[in-house]
Amino acid sequence: MSADVSAAPTLDRQAVFEALEDVKDPEIPVVSVVDLGIVQSVEVVGSHVRVTITPTFSGCPALDVMRAEIRERITLLGADEVEVVVALDPPWSSDRIKPEARARMAAIGIAPPPPAARFQADFDLELLGTSISMKNPCPFCGSESTRLESAFGPTICRSLHYCEACQQPFERFKPL
Amino acid sequence: MSESSFEDHAEFQRSAEPYVDVRALGSGTREALTRYVQAIADDAMLIGHRDSEWTGLGPILEEDIAFSSMAQDEIGHALVLYRLLHDHLGAPDPDGQAFMRDAPHWRNAVLCELPRDDYAFSLMRRALYDLAVAMRYDALRASAWQELAAAAAKLLQEKKYHIIHDRTFVSRLGRATEESRERLQHALDRAFPYSLALWEPVENEPVLVSAKIVPRSADLARQWLDRICVFLVASGLKPPAHPDDATGAWVSEVAMSAVGARAGKHSEQLVELLAAMQGVYRSEVGAIW
Repeated sequence: MSADVSAAPTLDRQAVFEALEDVKDPEIPVVSVVDLGIVQSVEVVGSHVRVTITPTFSGCPALDVMRAEIRERITLLGADEVEVVVALDPPWSSDRIKPEARARMAAIGIAPPPPAARFQADFDLELLGTSISMKNPCPFCGSESTRLESAFGPTICRSLHYCEACQQPFERFKPL
Repeated sequence: MSESSFEDHAEFQRSAEPYVDVRALGSGTREALTRYVQAIADDAMLIGHRDSEWTGLGPILEEDIAFSSMAQDEIGHALVLYRLLHDHLGAPDPDGQAFMRDAPHWRNAVLCELPRDDYAFSLMRRALYDLAVAMRYDALRASAWQELAAAAAKLLQEKKYHIIHDRTFVSRLGRATEESRERLQHALDRAFPYSLALWEPVENEPVLVSAKIVPRSADLARQWLDRICVFLVASGLKPPAHPDDATGAWVSEVAMSAVGARAGKHSEQLVELLAAMQGVYRSEVGAIW
């Protein structure tokens, strides 16, 4: 592939990443595909752009929507060809979610995920028959006395919890 | 990355040898590999379809949502595996595989096609299936086929939530009331022989095992039986199996039900399921919704 020297000077990796900040997760509109760590890499060769993304959960129906929006948004930057590739390796981890995005999630009542390693440790305990600790601080009042209501919530990436202190149900982005 | 949660399949470990080039494999090996991946993809697709039948009908709202979410996960997992078959082994695109194949071409275990029955049966089916599949994905992370290993690592992470779900509900309902225990026990007695057939190997599995692409099904079956039986007993249930006096390993007291499904031999219920699942797609192939 030969580099196209006549391409608009704004079409570089940084411009693409900035544009991708406009592509939000349709299920959690306060965070972008970049915030979530869904974007694995961006390559720009002349006016050809290739974005590699990775799904949070494999069955996520929002992925196709985000893929279409990524293509649309980058086309607006003046790219002639936009390729959006889906890769599974390395698998997405909730540790990839940026700190600023975690704060924005918490502000709308979705508790951000704890470190994935903690989930892993909990899961191993579960296999030994110990009751699972899926506790998470309340995003509203910060109390630690909360309980897991269900490992499944309104979308496949969220679980349901209840805060005993402020007596509010809340959602949590699942650690993965 | 995190360490393996199922550490005891020492026979099948990733060796230092380079990954295999799937396109360069002999035709016999490629056919066996297609059968294997199809079998596990079809399991996910059909249990996903069956569990989606709980949407709107769950016994409590949380379980309605849980079964709907697990169904969505399973169909997502099937999609990942159908894509591997399409990209590397010459199969039709994922929609073509899911919606254009008739019953004799499906390789799922019959357990996954059985009607949802009552909640106890659907829950018990999940418990038996989820542990089996989590162990299979965990082992496949060491596959000599790099793309399969990556897919297995991804799917295993998501499977953990299913296991948390099953354990919570089986262990609570197994010890809650007389009725809840009896209904789960009845579901277990019915589902157990079918669950053994999750481990029926596809034709020519040994060539895949010696190429280090897949673990031996019989090895995983043995480890799964030990784990699931210990869990069921701890939940107040009685699996139709007992620990061997000498070795302590669990031995099933019942035979595998529905042998031959991995080669396309299915129940009448699959035909009904496919009519419901494929009808819309086939009414206008290629339509964009």
